[in-house]
Amino acid sequence: MAQQIFAYIAHKNGKADDSALELVAAAKKIDADAAVTAIVVGSDAVCGEVAATYPEVWKISSDAHPNAEVIRKALVSILPSDALLLIPHDTFGMDLSPGLSIKLDSAFAADVVDFEGVEDGKLKMVRQEYSGMVSTHVLCDISAGAVINVRPGVFQPDESKSAGGQVADKTGDAGDLSETTRRFLEVVEAEVGDVDITKSEILISVGRGIEDQDNLEIIDELAEAVGGDVSCSRPIVDAKWLEKSRQVGTSGQTVKPKVYMALGISGSFQHMGGIKGAPFIVAVNKNAKAPIFQVADVGVIADILEFVPELTEKVSEMK
Amino acid sequence: MEILVCVKRVPDTSENEIEINKDGSDIERDDLVYSVNEWDNYAVEEAIQIRDNVGGSVTVISVGDEEAEEVLRREMAMGADNGILLDDEAFEGSDGKGLATILKAAVEKGNYDLILTGAQADDGAGQVGGMLAAMLDYPYASLVNSIEILDDKKVKAGREVEGGNQEMNEIDLPCVLSIQTGINEPRYVGIRGIRKVASVEIPTHGAGDLGIAPETVGDAGAKVRRVDYFMPDLGEGAEMLEGSTDEIIEKLIEMLKAKGGIK
Repeated sequence: MAQQIFAYIAHKNGKADDSALELVAAAKKIDADAAVTAIVVGSDAVCGEVAATYPEVWKISSDAHPNAEVIRKALVSILPSDALLLIPHDTFGMDLSPGLSIKLDSAFAADVVDFEGVEDGKLKMVRQEYSGMVSTHVLCDISAGAVINVRPGVFQPDESKSAGGQVADKTGDAGDLSETTRRFLEVVEAEVGDVDITKSEILISVGRGIEDQDNLEIIDELAEAVGGDVSCSRPIVDAKWLEKSRQVGTSGQTVKPKVYMALGISGSFQHMGGIKGAPFIVAVNKNAKAPIFQVADVGVIADILEFVPELTEKVSEMK
Repeated sequence: MEILVCVKRVPDTSENEIEINKDGSDIERDDLVYSVNEWDNYAVEEAIQIRDNVGGSVTVISVGDEEAEEVLRREMAMGADNGILLDDEAFEGSDGKGLATILKAAVEKGNYDLILTGAQADDGAGQVGGMLAAMLDYPYASLVNSIEILDDKKVKAGREVEGGNQEMNEIDLPCVLSIQTGINEPRYVGIRGIRKVASVEIPTHGAGDLGIAPETVGDAGAKVRRVDYFMPDLGEGAEMLEGSTDEIIEKLIEMLKAKGGIK
C-alpha cells in the first residue's frame, strides 16, 4: 500500500500507554508490510521507548497538558494529506479525531475493533453498535486519507521491540502550539470513596438490571454474605444511586479482584476496560444476548431481582 | 443564551433485544421501541437548566424522517422552546461527516451561542459534534460532565477523562460540547406535557432550503458505509449454567468457593 500509516502515541507520566504497542499490530493488520510512524507529542522519554517498536518516531515537543485543539493544528501541519492515522479510542482520541478528520478532509471511523483488508481503496473494518450487542462490517474509503480510532485492548501488543527506530523532531513544522479558544485549567482528581474497590478481592457489581434504587438492598446482602464489596456500572452512578468511587470502567475505577460478579450488567467495553488481572467473572443477566456472556467465565440467564436473593439465602445457609 | 441541541431518535436498548434480520442487512426493526438517544436527553436537560439560569432559548434539532418529530416533541415537552426537523431523502445513508454537513447548514441559519450534542448515540461513534465544530471553526470539547456559564463570551466545562478524573477547560463561545450521561438528572416527561406541545408547529427543512448540494450528503457523499450486521464473536463465551434455580445456585456456589468468591 502506498499510503503511509501513522500511530498517535498516548502516554502518561513519561510512559507510553498500552495502546502504543497495540496500534502497530493494528497497522500490520491493514498492511502487513507497513513501516508505521509513531507520533509522540510532549515526551522525549516516550519517543525513546516507542522507537524500539516503530521504525520512525516523529516528535513534537510541548510541556502543555494535551489539548486536542492545539494538537489537531499540529497534526494538520505535519501529516501528508493522504495519511492513514491510527489513534486510540480513549477520551483524548474522542476529543481529537472527529474534528481532525474534517481538517484533513479524510474519512473517519470510530472505535474500530478489527481490520479485514483493503480492496479498491476501501478498508474493511469491524465496529460494534448498540453497546456491543451487534457487530458491523464497515467499508471506509481511505483513498484520500483516514483517521481511525482503534479500541484499546483488542489488538495483541507487538512486544518484539526490534524496530531500532529513528526519532525525527517535527516541532519546527508543527506551528504555534499555544492554546487559543479552548484553554486547559486543571485536572480534578476523582474523590476517594468509603470503600476502595481497587483493593477488593470479591466484587459484587450491579448494573441497570437492578431497575430501582430500593432494590440495591439485595446486592448489599449478597456482598455481605460472600464477604465482598459492592461495585457498579455507569448507569447506577448516573442515577446517583451509588458513589462514583464504586464505578468500574475506563471512566471509573480499574479493579483487579479474584472474583467479579456482574449482576444485570450488559458488559460494554468501557465497563470491561476497568477489570484487570483476569478474575473469575460470573455474569447474571436476563438478556441471553448481553455481551457480558462473551467475556464471562460462567453465565446465568436470570432476572437478578429473583436470582440474587435466592443465591444469598443459599450462601447464608451454607455458612 | 441561544442554545441548540442535536438529538437523534434511536432504538431503546433498555426496552429491546437488538437482533439482526435474516440477510444481515439491518437490525430487526419490527416491534422496536424507539426513544430519544439517552445522551441527547441529558444534553437537552442541561440546555434547559442553563436557559433557566441565564435566559435565552433552547432549540432541539434532528436529522431524520417524520417519526423523529415525536422525539423533538418529547424534548419540547421537557422544556425546549423550539424544534427543527431536517428531513430529505438525500440525507439517507449519511455518514458522520454527512450529518455534520447537514447540521452545519442549519446552524448557519440561526444564531446560536452554544451547541450541545450527546457524547454518542446508537452507533457508538461519538463523531458528529466534533466534526460540526471543526466545520464551523468553533472550539469543541467531548464527554462534558459539567458546564458553568462564566459570561456571555465563555464557559467553564469539565470533561470526564480516564479514572473518573475531570479535566477542566475554559472555552470561548460559540462552541460545541458533547454531553456525557450523569451531568444532571433529566426531568420526567408526562403524557400531559407531551399533549401540551402536540400541536406546536415544527418547521422542516430539506437539502434545498439549507443550500446543501445533495451529492455531499447521504449515501452519495458517504466515505464510510456499513456493509452488514453480524453477531459478535469475542472468544469462547461463558459456560452457561442450566437447570432449575436450585441446581444452578448449587453449581455456582461450588465454583465460587473454588475460586475464592466466598469468604
